[in-house]
Amino acid sequence: MWARAAGRFTLVALLIGAAAELQWLRERRYPLAPPSEDAPYLLSGLTTRRLAVGYAALAADLYWIRAIQYYGGTKIRLGAPSQEAQPEAGRQGSAYPALYPLLDLTTTLDPRFNIAYRFGAIFLAEPFPGGAGRPDHAIALLQKGLGARPDKWEYMQDIGFVHYWWRRDYRAAAEWFERASRVPGAPWFLRSLAATTLAEGGDRQSSRIMWTSILQSAEIDWLRREAERRLLQLMAMDETDMLQKVIDRVAAQSGRPVADWESVSRAGAPLDPSGAPYEIRDGRIGVSRKSILFPLPEEPQRLGTPAP
Amino acid sequence: MRAIGWIALNVFRESVRDKVLYNLVLFAVLLIGASYFIGQLTAGQDVKIIKDLGLAATSIFGLFIAVFIGIGLVSKEVEKRSVYSLLAKPIERYQLLLGKYLGLVLTLAVNLSVMAGALYAVLAAMIWVGGSEIARALERPAVDPFLLEALALTFVELAVVTALALFFSTFSTPILAAAFTFGLFIAGRFSADLRDFKQVVDAPLAGFLAQALYWVLPNLAPYDIRAQVVHGQPVTAGYLALVTGYGVLYVAALLLAAVFIFSRRDFK
Repeated sequence: MWARAAGRFTLVALLIGAAAELQWLRERRYPLAPPSEDAPYLLSGLTTRRLAVGYAALAADLYWIRAIQYYGGTKIRLGAPSQEAQPEAGRQGSAYPALYPLLDLTTTLDPRFNIAYRFGAIFLAEPFPGGAGRPDHAIALLQKGLGARPDKWEYMQDIGFVHYWWRRDYRAAAEWFERASRVPGAPWFLRSLAATTLAEGGDRQSSRIMWTSILQSAEIDWLRREAERRLLQLMAMDETDMLQKVIDRVAAQSGRPVADWESVSRAGAPLDPSGAPYEIRDGRIGVSRKSILFPLPEEPQRLGTPAP
Repeated sequence: MRAIGWIALNVFRESVRDKVLYNLVLFAVLLIGASYFIGQLTAGQDVKIIKDLGLAATSIFGLFIAVFIGIGLVSKEVEKRSVYSLLAKPIERYQLLLGKYLGLVLTLAVNLSVMAGALYAVLAAMIWVGGSEIARALERPAVDPFLLEALALTFVELAVVTALALFFSTFSTPILAAAFTFGLFIAGRFSADLRDFKQVVDAPLAGFLAQALYWVLPNLAPYDIRAQVVHGQPVTAGYLALVTGYGVLYVAALLLAAVFIFSRRDFK
């Protein structure tokens, strides 16, 4: 009896093996088409909610998984943000066309999906190639979140942050920080941040406070890593200022611009906070293109300062 | 009363014999497998997703058991002609129906309890393996006793669905009974649309009929508190009591109607 069962099992295994072999041959002779551009089949959250027949939270989870797989896959395909120059204005807004619809669907299916709003706040607003370069979408998503949970000061802070960091609209940013500070349980620094932003515009210290707040409240690694990277960038901006003074002094003493680190220090190039060496280009200090901190963000503008 | 108890116990034993509880193995494999794969895919939302998945799976598995066993409770006895020997015994028809119903509800209760245990075990294991890093990112503790609120309402909802299946099985074929039960389940989940129908049509009669259906058909949407519970939104005891009370009354009405139809049915 056992021998007969083993024989049947072997026969089944052989047949499946042969089928797999044929499949391999077919795929070699007729290669599969590359995966098509990822796009949500259903764009209406309300329709999807109906199709989920009461299991909307589970459907939201599926769309969330799709959203982050889509973002991660597209980012890898486009190349890491540190590898490419930032000003590709022509491609801004077209790099992640499905990211907003996917996050919108996720949050329609589960309006309390906190992380989807906060993820969107950062990666919808961030310019190409790290994000979709659509601060308007980031704000729309966060305002939708506020509709579902009007007591979430974090969303108000994030809206203020998008105005502050990506739009440089300090008046709007200050309004949102002020609004967030009025919500019970909001952190104390929001009130002073609102006042400082309204009075003085942007500065590194305020930026540092915001990214530290995002780092502390980040629920997922990607947000945490992005906040850490932004904080290191701010640190690198402080360091480049300091190093630039040294370079300028050496240039003034020697009467010619400094071309390399050897003429300044025997120890060689100092390292940026991520561990990559700083570079000197045309007498200006900057982070290396190979550094994860490249490119450094634009300097937050103080009010009354002309834009660069 | 004793006869009802014996019939219920027999229905439970029969479902065990029919390997109905094998779905528990599938449930456990689904959760354990998902907890491994989802960890790689969801960027830190794995506990939330396992909660969603576990709660949805208890509901879906329970729904299939309630419908596919429920529709056979009476029709199988009639088809196999065992109903004649049953009714020849000193058992009233209403006792037979109530016993059948309670037996399936007992099966669902056992099923749901084991699933809840498996869900809690997987969640505890995830925290144990993932450590404080996962726990820090959660709105609610992973092993959250409030999940029981969602499971309790799922149980009441399944009790209503079982009563629907039993009701239809007293007068129609199994296929039709399954179709009617699934149909009413879906209609019950969308009952809010019936309530708001008169706002989208300009026909007072249609609006009135939709309103009437809203009050008559089972309203199953309020039993879905899974998302609230997973996000740690409060669900008051008053709400739970009202929704449970509605379910109990609706089940009583369906069973009464089923007994009425079954007692008039001629098996000659």
